[in-house]
Amino acid sequence: MSAEKAENKAGAGHRPVLANSRQWYARGLRHGIPICLGYFAVSFALGIAARGAGMNALQAFVMSLGMTASAGEFAAIGLIASGAGALEMIFTTLIVNLRYFLMSCSLAQKLPEGIRPVHRFLTAYCVTDEIFGLSAAVPGGLNPFYSYGMMTVAAAGWCLGTVLGVLAGSILPEIVVSALSVAMYGMFLAIVIPPSRKSRFILGLVAISMAASGLFSVLPVLRQISSGFRVILLTIAIAGIAAVIRPLPEVPEGSDSAGTEHR
Amino acid sequence: MSRNIYAALLLMILTVYLIRLLPFLFLRKPIKNRWFRSFLSYVPYVTLSVMTFPAILTAARIPAAGAAALIVGVIVAWWRGDLFTVALSSCAVVFLFELIF
Repeated sequence: MSAEKAENKAGAGHRPVLANSRQWYARGLRHGIPICLGYFAVSFALGIAARGAGMNALQAFVMSLGMTASAGEFAAIGLIASGAGALEMIFTTLIVNLRYFLMSCSLAQKLPEGIRPVHRFLTAYCVTDEIFGLSAAVPGGLNPFYSYGMMTVAAAGWCLGTVLGVLAGSILPEIVVSALSVAMYGMFLAIVIPPSRKSRFILGLVAISMAASGLFSVLPVLRQISSGFRVILLTIAIAGIAAVIRPLPEVPEGSDSAGTEHR
Repeated sequence: MSRNIYAALLLMILTVYLIRLLPFLFLRKPIKNRWFRSFLSYVPYVTLSVMTFPAILTAARIPAAGAAALIVGVIVAWWRGDLFTVALSSCAVVFLFELIF
């Protein structure tokens, strides 16, 4: 709490955001614990899926440490399992993880301009849905050590869960593996459904996306398209049209959450 | 095969890191283009929805169990919305479903 106050007080002027870094790191470690627990369950299921695609524990560990992206890694496993080409891998990874681009745009504005480049490289690694959410919620400038603290704990749970998923996936009864395999989708629903409750437009978007995806998987010619490219095609088409029908209000939302100019 | 997997992983790790890194290096001001901002804001909903359905139906051993997980997941997310609860509810439904049928 004291760190935050000091930050705010200093924030208005030249923003010595890197003051109290140790406190911010400790706070990040604390706030990372619930994230870590959630990640553990999901990454365990991810590990089971990775094993199913023929990956070993080390490969799954490298993937989780390197990508730290649930939907992204889920897609990555599918791509590896289906023997996708390099181009499809790049494009699918790009599309599935495009939201991180937006999050990074927003978070980049919370770092002080004169900050050492190493912090830009490290903070970029910490952009996950949950850590972005908490980092963006910090009033004023962001001390990146807060994100580092959360990421330290969360990534540990994420990697450990993945490795245990690969190793223990074979020990667990088939019924438990089957049950855990839907954890990922449950998590996706937890991301898309709450905003659908607040906005009819988002609700329609979600419904249309699922319906279109369902059609693509059964209709004669469209069925031939790999699931990776299906994600790319439908995302560009549906989100592109949605952006035309319902553009965001003129004021960039990034400047609000970043809170650097409008404070 | 194993070398292929590492090469694939390296490719995707670099791609996803660059997506996160580039805005930090080059975009220190808000994105101006209104359509692009809107597009980016809708991307997660469309992508995750497309990835969820119909894949959830084939994730469990019985398609009906996957369907039940979808329905319960939506209901729980609508009510509570937190990640951990929703994910566990969906798992529990599949477990019970396959236990009974």
